[in-house]
Amino acid sequence: MTFFVITEGLISLLLVAGGIFAFTGSLGMLKLKDFFMRLHGPTKGTTLGIGCILIASMLYFTVTQRTFHVQELLITLFLFISAPVTGHMLAKTGLHMHLRFITGTRGSVPELRDEDVGQSRVARPARAKHPWHTRKAKKRSRFKQRETA
Amino acid sequence: MLDTALWVSLTLIVLAMAMNVYRLAIGPDVPDRLLALDTLYVNSIALIVLLGLWLNTKTYFEAAILIAMLGFVGTMAICRYLLRGDIIE
Repeated sequence: MTFFVITEGLISLLLVAGGIFAFTGSLGMLKLKDFFMRLHGPTKGTTLGIGCILIASMLYFTVTQRTFHVQELLITLFLFISAPVTGHMLAKTGLHMHLRFITGTRGSVPELRDEDVGQSRVARPARAKHPWHTRKAKKRSRFKQRETA
Repeated sequence: MLDTALWVSLTLIVLAMAMNVYRLAIGPDVPDRLLALDTLYVNSIALIVLLGLWLNTKTYFEAAILIAMLGFVGTMAICRYLLRGDIIE
């Protein structure tokens, strides 16, 4: 009797924790500012939430049907293997497409510093520009000056 | 206790899927929408597993495995297409 109560509590805890983790991952994907930040939520939070829910399901069917079930463990393993690969490919795609990223962070990684770029052909992200630093804005301002002069 | 936990988990997963659909609609770039779709299929696997717990059957786990594998392959294919302009070279 006590065993069943403890198992039910464990399954309930895993279910609620999985729901909270998946919700947090999706919330991060919705609220964060640029693509490279948004990548963090689903690749870690949602994967952990799915793992929790699948392990809860495995425990439930193992206890109620008195046989060991491995199908959920199979899905969990597959998701845990495939999620980092997906995250890596998505980050590569974002770097390849030169997506804008916000520049509020102090200190830059060596790959993104100006002096290390040189003539390399390696794909690197576009620098986030302020609207008054873009070429069009400069042209517009020059045009305005000429107009006033 | 299990009923309440199932309700809480279902609510959170459905809210997460709603947020994914919103990001899929407003995503400014193509990789944003791709990431939203990827998270959406992962959350749908969770929903299918919770449906199996709700109905006390193991009928739907093959569907969950199928969605996991085909979703991974689909995401990889679109990533390859965006990176290389071709899926199989």
